[in-house]
Amino acid sequence: MATAKTKSQKKRADEAPEKAAIYVNGNLMGFHPDGASLAARLREKRRMNELNYEVNVFHNERTKEVFINSDGGRVRNPYVVVEAGKSRLTPEIMSKVESGALSWEHLVKMGVIEYLDAEEEENALIALKEEDITEAHTHFEVLPSTIFGVTSSVLPYPEHNSAPRITMACSMAKQSLGLYAVNFNHRFDTRSYIMYYPQRPIVSTDLYKSLRLDKKAAGQNFVVAITTYKGYNMGDGTVVNRNAIDRGLGRAMMLKTYSTEERLYPGGQKDKIEVPTPDVVGYRGEEAYKHLDDDGIVYPESQLSGKEVLVGKTSPPRFLEEISVFGVVEEKKRESSLSLKSGEKGCVDSVVVTEAPSGNRLVKIKVRSPKVPEVGDKFASRHGQKGVIGLLLKQEDMPFTKDGITPDLILNPHAIPSRMTAGHLLETLGGKAGALEGKLMDGTAFSGNTEEDYATVLKAKGFDEYGEEWLYDGITGQKMQVKLFMGPVYYQRLHHLVSNKMHVRSRGPVQLLTLQPTEGRAREGGLRFGEMERDCLIGYGASMLIRERLLEESDKTIQLVCNKCGMFAYHDYVKNKDMCPLCDSEDVSSIEMSYAFKLLLGEIRSMFIFPRIILKDKA
Amino acid sequence: MATKQSAKVNPYSAVGIVAAQSLGEPGTQMTMRTFHYAGVAEHVPTGLPRLIELVDAKKEPNKSLVEVYLKKEYKGKEAAAKALAKEMESVLLPEVATVQEDMASRRIIISLNENDAKALGVTIAMLKEGVKKTVGTNKVEHRGNKLKITLKDEKETPLKELRKLTGKLSKTLVKGIMGIKRSVVIKEKGEYFIRASGCNIKEIIPLPKVDPARIYTNSVMEIDKLFGIEAARNAVVREMVSVMESQGLSVDIRHIMLLADAMTADGKVKSIGRHGLSGEKAGVMGRAAFEETIKHLVNASIVAEDDNLVGVTENIIVGQTIPIGTGRIKLVMNAKKK
Repeated sequence: MATAKTKSQKKRADEAPEKAAIYVNGNLMGFHPDGASLAARLREKRRMNELNYEVNVFHNERTKEVFINSDGGRVRNPYVVVEAGKSRLTPEIMSKVESGALSWEHLVKMGVIEYLDAEEEENALIALKEEDITEAHTHFEVLPSTIFGVTSSVLPYPEHNSAPRITMACSMAKQSLGLYAVNFNHRFDTRSYIMYYPQRPIVSTDLYKSLRLDKKAAGQNFVVAITTYKGYNMGDGTVVNRNAIDRGLGRAMMLKTYSTEERLYPGGQKDKIEVPTPDVVGYRGEEAYKHLDDDGIVYPESQLSGKEVLVGKTSPPRFLEEISVFGVVEEKKRESSLSLKSGEKGCVDSVVVTEAPSGNRLVKIKVRSPKVPEVGDKFASRHGQKGVIGLLLKQEDMPFTKDGITPDLILNPHAIPSRMTAGHLLETLGGKAGALEGKLMDGTAFSGNTEEDYATVLKAKGFDEYGEEWLYDGITGQKMQVKLFMGPVYYQRLHHLVSNKMHVRSRGPVQLLTLQPTEGRAREGGLRFGEMERDCLIGYGASMLIRERLLEESDKTIQLVCNKCGMFAYHDYVKNKDMCPLCDSEDVSSIEMSYAFKLLLGEIRSMFIFPRIILKDKA
Repeated sequence: MATKQSAKVNPYSAVGIVAAQSLGEPGTQMTMRTFHYAGVAEHVPTGLPRLIELVDAKKEPNKSLVEVYLKKEYKGKEAAAKALAKEMESVLLPEVATVQEDMASRRIIISLNENDAKALGVTIAMLKEGVKKTVGTNKVEHRGNKLKITLKDEKETPLKELRKLTGKLSKTLVKGIMGIKRSVVIKEKGEYFIRASGCNIKEIIPLPKVDPARIYTNSVMEIDKLFGIEAARNAVVREMVSVMESQGLSVDIRHIMLLADAMTADGKVKSIGRHGLSGEKAGVMGRAAFEETIKHLVNASIVAEDDNLVGVTENIIVGQTIPIGTGRIKLVMNAKKK
């Protein structure tokens, strides 16, 4: 509003060039000889509670405009008012607040606390802390950590991390598995994850507690040692303690809802949920239906895998059939059961039979599959330090301390310096101090516990004040050459699980039209050998390999071609002869080609161009 | 000798693909970098835009330029270079004179602006010379600072011609060499040379002070016109190498030479793309696979064109081994020998 010149703004510039224009909620109301003093007086009235606290005043000195806003939709932020270098929140007032005599509302009415909108903020100079106040300041932050947003306020020690890492940590926190809703047992989300044993972090923040995130945590406190170990934690890999995983570390389950409906078809036909009989078209064999109850729906708690059927269903045929010889319409039913996706495994969690909005019978089945962390699963701390499991190592092979502590996770030291996530290290210290003292630690930005706090605790408990410890190699039993930095860090399991992504194909389905392999994991597809990949093989001169990739492994067909006219021929099974449909010749050769080429020739013929295949013996 | 042998390419190697990849890969890096330089004014295009220009075989580069060196005897003489620069720089008629039409008496009157003329070193005689060339058979009279052009009688030249003539006069060259503008004298290695926009080297070379052996232009087409296809090939190579060097990329010169050879192989500079090299491929299917599929198929059907499956693409489409590398080797049995 302050930048775009409206019609009325132009008008006022012509009328009163020296005076300040006054706008109320964006409308020009009049002129005032001194905009600055007007704004100051209005603010004073607001602080004396003569003007509603929702009113904001912005004076633009350059354009000589005063904007007074009281309308909705402005984001506002509370600040403590500073006058002549002194906070209005005096010790007396503060003591009253502490005793409960004064509430927040009182402070706002007294003009101690004041809400600024984005525009009025331009006229203010806001100190981060009370100690920083100078003569020039007009306000200071109620809480320094409020300069962060909701998501980043939940991260510990953001002021010690580089900004890009905070951004990454925020976006990864949204991908973490935890307890997303307490009523998850009664919900039928299409897909959701629940962590088995979520923990609250040892080091958390004020906002974390205010948001009650400790009641629905999304992570666990891992004991993290920073070292390279066996070379399996190179480049953001991590070595994870297998026994810890067996004890439930990072364990989660995936809940997936499958649903099907008894649909109505034009002509009064209807789907039927039942156990299909062998005479149904597309019957999948007795094995596939073994988990079904008599009503055609699976038993809860039955273990399913592969493409086994969850709900048996039959549908009416797609096309109307001819009346059979006996004069009775023998309706052949079509199989249309709902089955588990290929490659998935799970247990039927719950079954619901209801009515769809259309009035049809609707069956929803929730399948639960445990997701034990495995090699390739993704984890991240709250500092943008993400990594995948590179090796699951038996506890006896992990390094151990004199007290017998083994790390849950071994982080590579190379992950630290270039990313400048000092917060991660500080959290390690905090986690260690907290665990030793049996206390939760505060990692709130600008006001949390300090390194010195942790150092004193660690020292008092007989540990190295910098969090380092002597460890012994789990395999050789030898003392390591240097002390390792070790302590509990809150780690999140992110929902990028190998078991949901892993995909291989050696043979598999092909597309109906082109006879080429299908695309995508859901269709068991192949990986495209594209144009640029093809160019590379040409560059090598590997012509046999190209032929294999593009023909043998793809859409090779054998077609009959007429030697006379070059048209595709056919085999007449009645006469047991190869025939040309055009020239009735029987002089036909069988040729190997790609099915795509056969289609191409067909398309060319469809544009009234006649392509002939003229054959020659290979010289 | 051993080194020379090892530098040789194996028979039936796909040198074209390798060259294309070797030029294309640094090309992707260039795109990313050139956008940072956007907004630099008055600059001869370098980097990817220039590369595209070269490969497209444009008639004239976006910013053509010439570099003219002086003969040995003028080496280090700034005055001579400056004089030559002034001599070369083109002056058009409207820069020094105003043109008036006189419809009634079928005449055009050109009056010289003395101040402008003096500054640019133009005399009335030079003006008359230039005007005579454009006017042709019409009569030109000279009176003081004015030139009077009288059209011939109605029958031979209708009045419409008067307008046409004034239009032509505004493009008349009075002094210098056509197309040469904005010249600068630059000192390098104790020698002065002239850099100017334009590429009319054909007319620069005969100038007495000019060293014809060291003249340079970035216009490949101009070089082709004047010196022939071999010179044009060298020009393409030189320009490409200089672009690559300016970007700090190292591409083996043989890749660039192959590209230049392909562009100039049949005597005229062809572009890479559907108007040039790819558009002249032997096989219908090869052309159809590139661009304008339907156009090629329809045209081929009209003349009943054959595709003998000689190219790589054609054979991939059909599903045969490609005639390159391994696929080119054939075993032939000698039936006579026992």
